[in-house]
Amino acid sequence: MTKISDYLSKSAVENIQAALARAEETSEYSALLSLTKERAMERAYAVDSGEITGRLAGVPFVVKDNFLAYGAPTTAASKFLQDFYTPLQATAVEKLEAEGAICIGKANLDAFAHGGSTENSAFGPTKNAHDKSRVAGGSSGGSAVVTALDVVPFALGTDTGGSIRQPASFNGVYGVKPTYGTVSRFGVVAMASSTDTIGCFATCAGDAELVMDIMAGRDERDGTTLPDFFAPETVKPGQKIGLIKEFMSDDVDQAVRQRTLEYVDRLKAAGHSVEEVSMPMVKYALPMYYVIVPAEVSSNLARYDGVRYGTRAEGVKSLGELYGKSRDKGFVDENKLRIMVGSYVLSSGYFDAYYQQAQKARTLLIDEYRRLFDEYDVLIGPVAPTTAFKLGENTDDPVKMYLADIMTVPASLAGLPSISVPAGVDESGLPIGVQLTGWRKSDANLLALAKSMEVTE
Amino acid sequence: MSRIIDYMTQISNEDVLRLAQLSSLELEEGEIETLRTHLEGVINHVDELAELDTEGVEPTYQVTDLQNVSRDDTVIDYGVSREQLLACAPDQQDNSVKVPKVL
Repeated sequence: MTKISDYLSKSAVENIQAALARAEETSEYSALLSLTKERAMERAYAVDSGEITGRLAGVPFVVKDNFLAYGAPTTAASKFLQDFYTPLQATAVEKLEAEGAICIGKANLDAFAHGGSTENSAFGPTKNAHDKSRVAGGSSGGSAVVTALDVVPFALGTDTGGSIRQPASFNGVYGVKPTYGTVSRFGVVAMASSTDTIGCFATCAGDAELVMDIMAGRDERDGTTLPDFFAPETVKPGQKIGLIKEFMSDDVDQAVRQRTLEYVDRLKAAGHSVEEVSMPMVKYALPMYYVIVPAEVSSNLARYDGVRYGTRAEGVKSLGELYGKSRDKGFVDENKLRIMVGSYVLSSGYFDAYYQQAQKARTLLIDEYRRLFDEYDVLIGPVAPTTAFKLGENTDDPVKMYLADIMTVPASLAGLPSISVPAGVDESGLPIGVQLTGWRKSDANLLALAKSMEVTE
Repeated sequence: MSRIIDYMTQISNEDVLRLAQLSSLELEEGEIETLRTHLEGVINHVDELAELDTEGVEPTYQVTDLQNVSRDDTVIDYGVSREQLLACAPDQQDNSVKVPKVL
């Protein structure tokens, strides 16, 4: 797979033409919803003429289609926004463009980022880069696949409960979910405001580090961004690492456990210490997540009413009917389910038993992490219990689908940085990722550690 | 005090319609049964939380300890014109977003 440095030595026009051609060549994967050809070529000429410069001058990238970006509609893979052209861009996109990077297209996702397989896209599922009969993972499936297929050296995604890490694992690329508040969420379609994060996919840890370094930072337009803290580090020797016992049970695919243990052996050989740790609260992370996130989804998605933007249902007579019908037609089933679960857990009589209880449980989960990170630098485990599953395998049962996120939601609920690192394949050649998680603001350490562990070919 | 779950939460079609109304969703008849089954599945899954003893535990709504983030009450120029924003609306008239009669 290509790296950012492979592009820096070539002309931007050549890079962009090659990326667009590769995107068309791989269209059968349905990884991209649109190409931003015209704008990308304009910017490429501007890079070659020296008008645009920067650390990523002429490097092509793709954004998940829930980022506001010029040159194509921002659909969030929904019918609601299928014709929505943004009048402004996301901060993350602006920052990359300021360094000369060139967006060539917008990647498929589960509609409004609700899902773990990209099968909830209103425009059809994305196929896995290694096996077209299998899912890409999700919700940032398209971004993971274009990175794995070498269309672009990096792509942007959002991770609310695993939406970067899990597809990264399923497609054999790096995926970074930063500390909550590292990258501005301004201009990104909101899902669950208390766990939404912006991150990236890349083919090596060094590239992911560079992209995060550019995107990170305080933004006045997102009040939850943290003061600037991200800065690339060199790896700290002799780190103390905890292997999460609960994620290594018999319920987890044998190959997944095996690759994780091999990575652990390599960490030990590199002079780090690894010991088993227990996190009893992770058992409750999924139920917590599926109370808190739908609650936030139900309020964030209230804005889609067919009035100020998006698609409006035809032939309606009243304002109430306009809202109700536009929302029924604009959302996919999983959007409706999550909105209604949110309405359920927030409704009077249930608020304490579900919503408040989940937020209290979240405190207990965070306390558990805090105690472990008093002693350990990093926690390790698999990213997902399986490799990529078959298309259609889990679509009839939402809870079964949610189980694919069981190892990624805990860090999201606690706002912790967590990255997915390629760690080999199973017997069918399907990729497996390991997950490195750290305490808040230790993002750079995770990337430095992953970089130090890379096998140089 | 911890509670033990010894029941299954049942969701009826009426519950689905009530939740749809709270959610401003005008569902079609054919959607109700699938949503009912899925809702029941999710609610029963999250019911596991009731086992946890959370007596005296403070809830966490915000994970990075931010409190009351405020900014100056000043106009920020985002470089977006009124015309551009209106152009996003499905229906406009007289420099306004147009909707069906409210009353």
